[in-house]
Amino acid sequence: MQTHQYDVVIVGAGGAGMRAALEASGEARTAVISKLYPTRSHTGAAQGGMAAALANVEEDNWEWHTFDTVKGGDYLVDQDAAEILAKEAIDSVLDLEKMGLPFNRTPEGRIDQRRFGGHTREHGQAAVRRACYAADRTGHMILQTLYQNCVKQDVEFYNEFYVLDLITDHDLTTEDIEDGAEVNATGVVAYDLASGEIHVFQAKAIIFATGGAGKIFKTTSNAHTLTGDGMALAYRRGLPLEDMEFFQFHPTGLAGLGILLSEAARGEGGILRNSEGERFMERYAPTIKDLAPRDIVARSMANEVREGRGAGPNKDYVLLDLTHLEPAHIDAKLPDITEFARTYLGIEPYTEPVPVYPTAHYAMGGVPTNVAGEVLRDSHNVVKGLYAAGEVACVSVHGSNRLGTNSLLDINVFGKRAGRSAAAYAKTVERHPDLPEHPTARVEAQLSEMRDRPEGERVADVRRALQETMDANAQVFRTGESLNEALADIRELQKRYRNVSVQDKGKLFNTDLLEAIELGFLLDIAEVTVVAALNRKESRGGHYREDFPNRDDANYMLHTMAYRRPTSAPDAGDGHVPGYFDHVEDFGDYKVVLGSKPVTQTRYEPMERKY
Amino acid sequence: MTAVLENPATESPKPEAGAVSTFDVTLRVRRYNPESEHGEESVWDEFTVTAHGTDRVLDALHKIKWEQDGSLTFRRSCAHGVCGSDAMRINGRNRLACKTLLKDVNPDKPITVEPIKGLPVIKDLVVDMEPFFASYREIMPFLITSGNEPSRERLQSAEDRERFDDTTKCILCAACTSSCPVFWTDGQYFGPAAIVNAHRFIFDSRDEGATQRLEILNDKEGVWRCRTTFNCTEACPRGIEVTKAIQEVKRAMITRAF
Ligand SMILES: Cc1cc2nc3c(=O)[nH]c(=O)nc-3n(C[C@H](O)[C@H](O)[C@H](O)COP(=O)(O)OP(=O)(O)OC[C@H]3O[C@@H](n4cnc5c(N)ncnc54)[C@H](O)[C@@H]3O)c2cc1C
Ligand code: SF4
Ligand code: FES
Repeated sequence: MQTHQYDVVIVGAGGAGMRAALEASGEARTAVISKLYPTRSHTGAAQGGMAAALANVEEDNWEWHTFDTVKGGDYLVDQDAAEILAKEAIDSVLDLEKMGLPFNRTPEGRIDQRRFGGHTREHGQAAVRRACYAADRTGHMILQTLYQNCVKQDVEFYNEFYVLDLITDHDLTTEDIEDGAEVNATGVVAYDLASGEIHVFQAKAIIFATGGAGKIFKTTSNAHTLTGDGMALAYRRGLPLEDMEFFQFHPTGLAGLGILLSEAARGEGGILRNSEGERFMERYAPTIKDLAPRDIVARSMANEVREGRGAGPNKDYVLLDLTHLEPAHIDAKLPDITEFARTYLGIEPYTEPVPVYPTAHYAMGGVPTNVAGEVLRDSHNVVKGLYAAGEVACVSVHGSNRLGTNSLLDINVFGKRAGRSAAAYAKTVERHPDLPEHPTARVEAQLSEMRDRPEGERVADVRRALQETMDANAQVFRTGESLNEALADIRELQKRYRNVSVQDKGKLFNTDLLEAIELGFLLDIAEVTVVAALNRKESRGGHYREDFPNRDDANYMLHTMAYRRPTSAPDAGDGHVPGYFDHVEDFGDYKVVLGSKPVTQTRYEPMERKY
Repeated sequence: MTAVLENPATESPKPEAGAVSTFDVTLRVRRYNPESEHGEESVWDEFTVTAHGTDRVLDALHKIKWEQDGSLTFRRSCAHGVCGSDAMRINGRNRLACKTLLKDVNPDKPITVEPIKGLPVIKDLVVDMEPFFASYREIMPFLITSGNEPSRERLQSAEDRERFDDTTKCILCAACTSSCPVFWTDGQYFGPAAIVNAHRFIFDSRDEGATQRLEILNDKEGVWRCRTTFNCTEACPRGIEVTKAIQEVKRAMITRAF
């Protein structure tokens, strides 16, 4: 075992982690730990753009952007956070340009902007050009630019290190901690993939920036490595997860594969059609049609298929039509995604419409934080020295449905904020808080149990079963019945997980072992997602309950907070609302207890969401 | 030479998307695991899996790992050619496993899969990428400017932006560098990927560090070692004209003569 001491430790080297590193590393001794090489992070897969009301091509302002974000999130957005997001967007895009990001340009040489779903002028009047972009590889350029600047600043990285535990000075899973009492995060335990060795990183401040959890679903735009690690680690250590029932399904995944075709395709004029060639979005969102927010478009597509108007031999997808666009325009603005269609489906988008179907894309929920990036341990107390930013976190700027281009923005705005807060806090801490006596005990036990189990079920079988039940029962359309089915499956799979074994028993680069560990994270994330979805008996944003098709502000205008607790703990937790936020689900060794957190509303009264 | 000619996959009529055609395919995989009974020796292993029409080499590797031999080791993340994790030698050519459809690499015969060359193998298809990234870091891959920053964005014309567009696409997969015969014999050579990334800044109108970078690349392990074999251009999964970029850097060196 090796031990390291830093002022700030950042877990994750995607956009959020590296943006934080650029702030922290100049101010405090900082290390970034990442299970992937930084440039392999999934931020690099982002295509369409990053929102900011620069008003470079037409009138726009941050207030409209704030409104769109709040409305897009079906009013479950914390409006103070959304306002920060929209205001600081402008500087965060300019920061990136100054760091060298090669944005596409207007004829005047300024950063060009394009349309994206849900972004409008004058509170919904018409689509506005707000997305700053670099062809259809904006995320790639952000990731590269941030990494380049980390090289410039000599940021210290631990690559292909998996963080497998968070160390705190109080056991939040069992201790009953008083309101206002101080809880500190003191370090993380990491596993070096190359050698199989365990490392302890003692830190004054820790930032989680581990990204999303799309692999709980079978059809997803997310990387194999997006297994919700940071969320699951926090949850296992007794921290709540917020709004996990809200998962975004992106309308245009390549049918059968889930690989994303950016909304930019529709921003540039692409049209969705059913088997009859009808532009069906005209029926569902008469004003902004194909550029309605994702949840609405995804449901409309699924509905077309359900009602028998799907295309293809099995009538199980719809078509994204780009054939009316000039090939030169497609090449200039959408080169990568059209190549995906060619490579993976053998479809030529110049002349043929592309088969598409919704794909699991983005976790709106996550580790709750305040606008400084500090992690909450309940509805209002923070954990000292613990921060989170990016997709792993829930600030909440996305509410129940994220607008396209707001996540690349989120990682930059809140990555920067978390980096600054963490470094500033670390400077106020004189000495590193003590670590417990055996900080690695849990991880070592977990790893050796998994490695040494002589035989058992295959990881892949359990994972596949999980992903299949999530796709079948907790996707675009949900009901109490389907969710209960998913829950029953997850319970069973959690049991089966205790009996999986790996074939690779070695120490060196044992990805077999790490896939097994990641499966454990996925099961935990699926578990909270489904329990929270069962509890929310309304439809809002990305969470659609066919048995409760309307939004219910009177009872559900609250963030869900889910806690894993020992079975002996009381059933009523923080933010308990009898009849609504009071669900408890027993899992044998532990239970999931739901509570709530108020939604911050400032300027905007909830209205019906029409487009 | 590295490029092995393949028979173009027998032209089958394109199956309707959604229709499933399956076939069996055999992969011959180069294995290396110092912890195994073979010790320091590399061996070939054969696996046969059932694949679907549009499956990629990565899908086949996953099938092997998930259903037959969990110890088979390779890197991967995005699974659609944008993260650069899974460059490997497939039928003697460097490609991304996630971007190579089985039906395009003659699945009637065993498909050989080996680690990329010129970098130390850690285990199976995983190589040590550190020397590769070290070369990248050396060419100062970041925007260098002087004076005060403007308060808004720097202006850049669409044409100036277009000038270096091609080399911004690089995903640092190392397919090019590890297909380069010069790199195989001389691991000190910067290699095509580092030059591509230098190009990305040298031809960026906003950048002022060209002279420094050209000096670095004028080194004996720099651009002059390139013998224009075009392997790199053929290997690049992002379609970057790597050799052309290298030529442009060479030309800049001559014309700027410092
Ligand atoms: C295909 C696609 C297209 C998208 N397009 C857009 C777009 O156009 N506009 C937009 O705004 N948003 C877009 N998004 C969403 C956006 O890209 C992501 O939400 C965002 O990039 C997430 O960034 P992140 O830094 O939080 O996480 P990531 O970039 O996923 O990084 C996570 C990091 O955490 C590390 N990590 C994870 N677990 C561990 C662990 N246990 N130990 C150590 N390290 C760990 C990983 O190595 C990685 O470095 C898109 C998403 C996808 C999937
Ligand atoms: S130039 Fe092409 S082949 Fe070389 S590292 Fe970049 S993407 Fe890979
Ligand atoms: S897995 Fe990302 S490039 Fe192949």
